[in-house]
Amino acid sequence: MADALGVEDLHVLVGGVEAVRGVSFALEAGSRTGLIGESGSGKTLTALGLMGLLPDGISATGRVLYKGRDLLSLADEEFCELRGDRLAMIFQEPMTALNPVMRIGDQVAEPLMVHRHMGRQEALAAAMQILQRVHIADAAEKMRAYPHQLSGGQRQRAMIAMAMACSPDILVADEPTTALDVTVQAQILRLLDELVNEQGATLLLITHDLPVVASTCDHVLVMYGGKIVETGTVAQVFDRPRHPYTRALLDAIPPLDEELPDRHLRAIPGSVAGLGQFPPGCPFRNRCPTADGKCVEMPPVARVGDHLAACWHPVGGEP
Amino acid sequence: MSEAEVLFQVEHVTRRYKLARTRLLGPRREVTAVDDVSFTLRRGETLGVVGESGSGKTTLMKLLLGLERPDEGRVTYSGVRLTREVQVVFQDPASALDPRMRVADIILEPVRVMRLPGDRQKRVEELLDAVGLPRDSAHRYPHEFSGGQRQRIAIARALAPHPRVLIGDEPVSALDVSVRAQILNLLEDLRVGFDLTLVLVAHDLSVVRHMCDRVLVMSRGAIVEEGPTREIFRAPQNPYTRLLLDSIPRLKNRRAAST
Amino acid sequence: MRRLPLPLVAGGILVGLIVLVALLSLVWTPHDPDHVVIPIRFQGPSSTYLLGTDQFGRDELSRVMAGARNTLLVGIVTIVIAIAVGVPVGALSALYRGPLEEIFMRASDVLLAFPAILLALLFAAVFRPSTITAMAAIGIAFVPIFARVVRGAGLQVMEMDYVTAARTFGSRGWWILVQHLLPNVANVLIVQATIAFAVAILAEAALSYLGIGTPPPTASWGRMLSDSQDYLYQSPLLALWPGLAIALSVLGFNLLGDGLRDLLDPKLVVRAPAQA
Repeated sequence: MADALGVEDLHVLVGGVEAVRGVSFALEAGSRTGLIGESGSGKTLTALGLMGLLPDGISATGRVLYKGRDLLSLADEEFCELRGDRLAMIFQEPMTALNPVMRIGDQVAEPLMVHRHMGRQEALAAAMQILQRVHIADAAEKMRAYPHQLSGGQRQRAMIAMAMACSPDILVADEPTTALDVTVQAQILRLLDELVNEQGATLLLITHDLPVVASTCDHVLVMYGGKIVETGTVAQVFDRPRHPYTRALLDAIPPLDEELPDRHLRAIPGSVAGLGQFPPGCPFRNRCPTADGKCVEMPPVARVGDHLAACWHPVGGEP
Repeated sequence: MSEAEVLFQVEHVTRRYKLARTRLLGPRREVTAVDDVSFTLRRGETLGVVGESGSGKTTLMKLLLGLERPDEGRVTYSGVRLTREVQVVFQDPASALDPRMRVADIILEPVRVMRLPGDRQKRVEELLDAVGLPRDSAHRYPHEFSGGQRQRIAIARALAPHPRVLIGDEPVSALDVSVRAQILNLLEDLRVGFDLTLVLVAHDLSVVRHMCDRVLVMSRGAIVEEGPTREIFRAPQNPYTRLLLDSIPRLKNRRAAST
Repeated sequence: MRRLPLPLVAGGILVGLIVLVALLSLVWTPHDPDHVVIPIRFQGPSSTYLLGTDQFGRDELSRVMAGARNTLLVGIVTIVIAIAVGVPVGALSALYRGPLEEIFMRASDVLLAFPAILLALLFAAVFRPSTITAMAAIGIAFVPIFARVVRGAGLQVMEMDYVTAARTFGSRGWWILVQHLLPNVANVLIVQATIAFAVAILAEAALSYLGIGTPPPTASWGRMLSDSQDYLYQSPLLALWPGLAIALSVLGFNLLGDGLRDLLDPKLVVRAPAQA
């Protein structure tokens, strides 16, 4: 199957310090990929980088291939034409992603007017249909509402409506449900699932929540300290984790269907280093139970068992 | 086996709030944050209070802490002095510590306010040891520490006045995933080591499942279900509880169609 | 070691200069600023009188130096008044909310509606116009600004979990006020004070210009400016020196305030939660 998006050796620099240190991956068309990482992993900057949304003072090198073109080499205007139309992004906090002084209807209509060159009336009519499609009750009434008049879940739906308005090929979702209640989260994830299916879009879901990835995605990328440390299908990575970090993350999740002796979880010692403070070589080295002298050199992403991991001493022994 | 001593008796407690004025004339609208809630908390147990936003769990926590008074009903604490014996650890380590105070002063603040006796320097050292922080942390400022370490400082502060009950308001949800387990383990160790009774207010059900003996499930101010954790999770009776549990994404649930 | 912001350094230098000149003028000026020598009036700059002489033959440089004293005095006293009243008003409003806050804030609003000049006119009409009436008027006019700033910052502090935690172990209002609220609004207050200083200088200059500020013969930049208007033909430079002095001091304090804000604010920024 063709790749919808290819990322080659992406580096993102924040004020001269590398936050994303050579990330490469491909998204198969129509697939759902979860990008797992915590603070300092570089996952959000990776997403912003491939969308061309990096703020001032932050720059990216590398290639982001979409339909044969390197997005990073595009001029601003060219990228703007693609954004909102072919590539879309939704964010964690809808209150800051939605314009508080614009009505919902106008906001959802905006991408249609800009990219599909629809007139205002036509765009508003289409916007209402999209709002109904994302299951916002009383869509007609909500069209004229302002973001603060909606609940958290409804705002997230509105943001999804805006993102999907032009049926993009690629949807990047950055922690779309982290700020939501668990029942609302389930609804939103179901909605994303439906829409992505229906439109044949490719989904990149960024989160720190492993169960969310397990239940929503096919593929997984695990990032730590600005690098990809493991990648594979959900079954491969979650059932047979090979990188100690992935293994440790899985161990640290309290299980829902059993009680642990002493109520103790296997915890990872230490804490995530700050920007530019990861040790040379493998970024997980200082917290890893199996690290040794060899780890001063960054291991390459290599085939270990049935998928890929970057580790000199993968879980389950050397391949 | 005799039942453990009752520490908190909450009887038909209701708390209402008046909302901000939206009309010029006429009474202000009211919302019932906690609606006729009753339960007991026994010594040594770990009680979980779960609910989504608007469930009233935060208000209930404030009622237990004595920060709010119920409009109806009673909250009875059977210990000697509630202010000293019931302490809280908050969710956000960034706002839980005064950025202008040194760690030692932060930890000792309850001791100072309550004018508790004892060697203060020694107390700080004991507490830092208990939460796994190096002793020289005492002279530093909060911004020099990571989120997980700040949460440890907050826990040390809560332990300073020798409490009997520790209430955790989502104590790990603002922390990095790889750090959460450390703090949960710490809370469990402290519970055993200091003979504490824990109340965990959380929306993260897996934390509650892991840590708590009993659970109260709240929705719109009322307790919709309560019971031992294992039973609630295995066979929830109330439809809302069932909805809540079904909504939790699970590691073992995979997408039906996979590439 | 963080590099200091440029405005801070520039502002610091200017303000430092003015303070030095004011202090120096207490013990030494080239000539007596009040010594009238009519025959040598309206002289241009010379080796004896570096900036020339004014309409009464007084040494302009000495008068500018003495004027710095006046300016600083006004700045300091007005800020002290504004802080002494404004900070408690704002802090107590944030701490206790409710009817107290309403009373304080509405009183503030009323006061805010009065321009400082109007207040000064009022005082000048009731008492004799003097530096004191000018300082009182400006100081009182500033009270609502400080009250608001302190209340705004104070409200944010009150929202913090460390204040709630303090309450749970039985802290009373006083403890929270002194231990948490005031230290955490100090930064905002300092920045506001430096900026208000600049405005106070301008306000005093305006009042003196209008004749309801510092009365003669005390040297005051504002009145010097006002007087120079009548003599623009004879000696246009007489307008330049006090004007320049006012402009430089206002610039200096504004830069200092901006620089301080840049320096102090980043430390106060609450870091985003450690998670993803």
